[in-house]
Amino acid sequence: MAFVAIADRDHEHALHDPQSFIRKYIWSQDHKVIAVQYALVAISIGLVALTMSVLMRLQLGFPDTFHIIAPQDYYQYITMHGMIMVIYLLTALFLGGFGNYLIPLMLGARDMVFPYLNMLSFWFYLLAVLVLCAGFFVPGGPTGAGWTLYPPQAVLPGTPGASWGIICMLASLAIFIVAFTMGGLNYVTTVLQARCRGMTFMRMPLSVWGIFMASILGLLAFPALFVSAIMMALDSLVGTSFFMPAVSSMGERTVHTGGSPLLFQHLFWFFGHPEVYIVALPAFGIVSDLLSTHARRNIFGYRMMVWAILAIGCLSFVVWAHHMYVSGMNPYFGFFFATTTLIIAVPTAIKVYNWVLTLWRGDVHLTVPMLFAIGFIFTFINGGLTGLFLGNVTVDVPLSGTYFVVAHFHMVMGVSPILVVFGSIYHWYPKITGRMFDERLGKFHFWMTFLGAYAIFLPMHYMGILGVPRRYYGYTDAIQFIPPSVHEANEWISISAMIVAATQLVFLYNLIHSYFKGPVADPNPWRATTLEWQTPDTPPKHGNWGKDLPEVHRWAYDYSVPGAPEDFIPQNVPHSEKTPVGREHGVPT
Amino acid sequence: MSHEPATLEPGFKGVTADWSADKQAFPVPWGKAMMWIFLLSDTFIFSCFLTSYMNVRMSTTAPWPNTAEVFALTVGGHDIPLLLIAIMTMVLITSSGTMAMAVNFGYRRDRKRTAQLMFATAALGLCFVGMQAFEWTKLIVHEGVRPWGNPMGAAQFGSSFFMITGFHGMHVTGGVIYLSVVASRVLSGFYDRKGTYETVEIAGLYWHFVDLVWVFIFAFFYLW
Repeated sequence: MAFVAIADRDHEHALHDPQSFIRKYIWSQDHKVIAVQYALVAISIGLVALTMSVLMRLQLGFPDTFHIIAPQDYYQYITMHGMIMVIYLLTALFLGGFGNYLIPLMLGARDMVFPYLNMLSFWFYLLAVLVLCAGFFVPGGPTGAGWTLYPPQAVLPGTPGASWGIICMLASLAIFIVAFTMGGLNYVTTVLQARCRGMTFMRMPLSVWGIFMASILGLLAFPALFVSAIMMALDSLVGTSFFMPAVSSMGERTVHTGGSPLLFQHLFWFFGHPEVYIVALPAFGIVSDLLSTHARRNIFGYRMMVWAILAIGCLSFVVWAHHMYVSGMNPYFGFFFATTTLIIAVPTAIKVYNWVLTLWRGDVHLTVPMLFAIGFIFTFINGGLTGLFLGNVTVDVPLSGTYFVVAHFHMVMGVSPILVVFGSIYHWYPKITGRMFDERLGKFHFWMTFLGAYAIFLPMHYMGILGVPRRYYGYTDAIQFIPPSVHEANEWISISAMIVAATQLVFLYNLIHSYFKGPVADPNPWRATTLEWQTPDTPPKHGNWGKDLPEVHRWAYDYSVPGAPEDFIPQNVPHSEKTPVGREHGVPT
Repeated sequence: MSHEPATLEPGFKGVTADWSADKQAFPVPWGKAMMWIFLLSDTFIFSCFLTSYMNVRMSTTAPWPNTAEVFALTVGGHDIPLLLIAIMTMVLITSSGTMAMAVNFGYRRDRKRTAQLMFATAALGLCFVGMQAFEWTKLIVHEGVRPWGNPMGAAQFGSSFFMITGFHGMHVTGGVIYLSVVASRVLSGFYDRKGTYETVEIAGLYWHFVDLVWVFIFAFFYLW
């Protein structure tokens, strides 16, 4: 029984087109509305995490000044800040937000393949966020185990939130994974099965490639976190000993015996390392499109970029234990994982070269999205280079417990993806809202955030090389090797962090104010080639394409084609004398 | 497959051209593609469960109980090792057979036979869950096995057992409900009106997967 592709059907299924407010904007099955719902919740919970980082910086920069921040509070802030930023903000925003919005529009589909499941995905995500927030209100507060939640300390008394907080966290993670699975299945199936006519794999914009690969990684990596969340919850609630060895706590032997804390670390990082790429690959893909569009030049080495995304995706499953060099593994393990870690740097470096070569001799327009994209290249190279230090066992061992690691991962998977998030929000804002944002405020936001990120994290490299330990509540005079310059650096970092945090209010003001008062945007303000800018309506209506689905005739990067009347040819424009074939690589035509 | 039949070159070139074609990667319904991807993800869940079980079995210092003795049934004064598990496994494998036949009759648009065989599959699944409930009761009530400890040896034995078989049992229970819903829809003529019985096959994929997982649990937990 052959199955007819949606693009080839004579009669498409009748579109449900709800008119009531509740069905249209609340219980919505439209991928665009779900995307915005995801993004709003993710940004809101992200602001909570941002506030906690400011509180941490208050303590570190000005110790013994803010007595409201007790040591246990500090550990709770660290834990919640990390978990929220990585999972509930970045993962949800890139896949639930941009994935939902861009996949159907960029591929010429009317919606995700299963809109109802897509809607459920968002509501489960919201539930996960609520359960996470419930942790703040239960007895003992949220867990303070650090975002990695390592046992045995995560469930032993003495760790903040070891009784209730950790359960809220684990339950929330499990619900999040259910939500992500429903969304991720939709994203992957849509990319595989619901493309429009002419949209071959090798004509997909790199944004879609990045989001597609990240969704696959999520579907294969989150199971490990799901399983470890279940087992840790059982250890904590029922008294099993999966992760808990025989320990005595507060002078008493616990009920546990014979479990393996290392098992948790393996499971956690089997999820945790692909998670880095779940966040990074969509950023890689989107930034490629931003650079190409705003430099009016085709992306350099498109096919290489695609294969690099696939290679990084596969390799990301065999590097996890480089997070565990100091955990007490067999040294031969360390050798293996150091090797794979250095191998994964090769496709990543290819991507960086290609981004830079895309800019070379391009007609670079320094628009707000472009500034963020170029900023990303800087911070990503910076974070990538420190990654080479930490990927090698012998260099990692002394640096592992220091601020060097904090600087590294904030640069590479904190600042870099968030710069792409900002850039892509500005880039697609006119399409999503139909209004233009304030360019000057956007540039102000960029410079403050970009320079601020360096003001915050550059000194941390220095502190790390001095050996300043991370995750400490304070540094008393008893720790004698810490020179006074570290305390001064901490003050500087804290002040910078507060300025950067305040700058984000400008960003929010810009988004909200422009939504109501901004000038009406052109349907294709950046003169981009990809399909989402070619919709009949801006913002696109339910069903995206009006009566007929689009048909694609070229790849996504026909910028500055010689002989063409304009410096871009949209993907749905057929080949003709006026619109010649661009420099499409290796696509059977 | 599109309306205009594609002529593909034989060999590797044809394979690449097929894969890099537009519209869709596989000529299957969306639901079927999605079920396959879901099952791949679920495979990782069960792999993590089984790997973790093997890991704690190594990490614990207490001796591992002899599964042949723990899971023995006394019949006529003789202890027969793994008797109940053997029956349970037979039942589940048989249900895979009836499911495969249901899919076959679904292709032939045989409404009644398809529904009958699906209900039979669901009944066998229910039978499996019932026997599992019996097994759990026997272990908990008569032999004092608890998730946090047991009289026979390592505490992790009970923990892994209840967690893994429990998680699998939930999959079977979910499958029974899923099959019953689809079977009633078959009977009501829902899929005749829709023009395709693909949902029967998709439910079948899930059911075969649950059976396959049981084979691994059987091999790694009961036989080892």
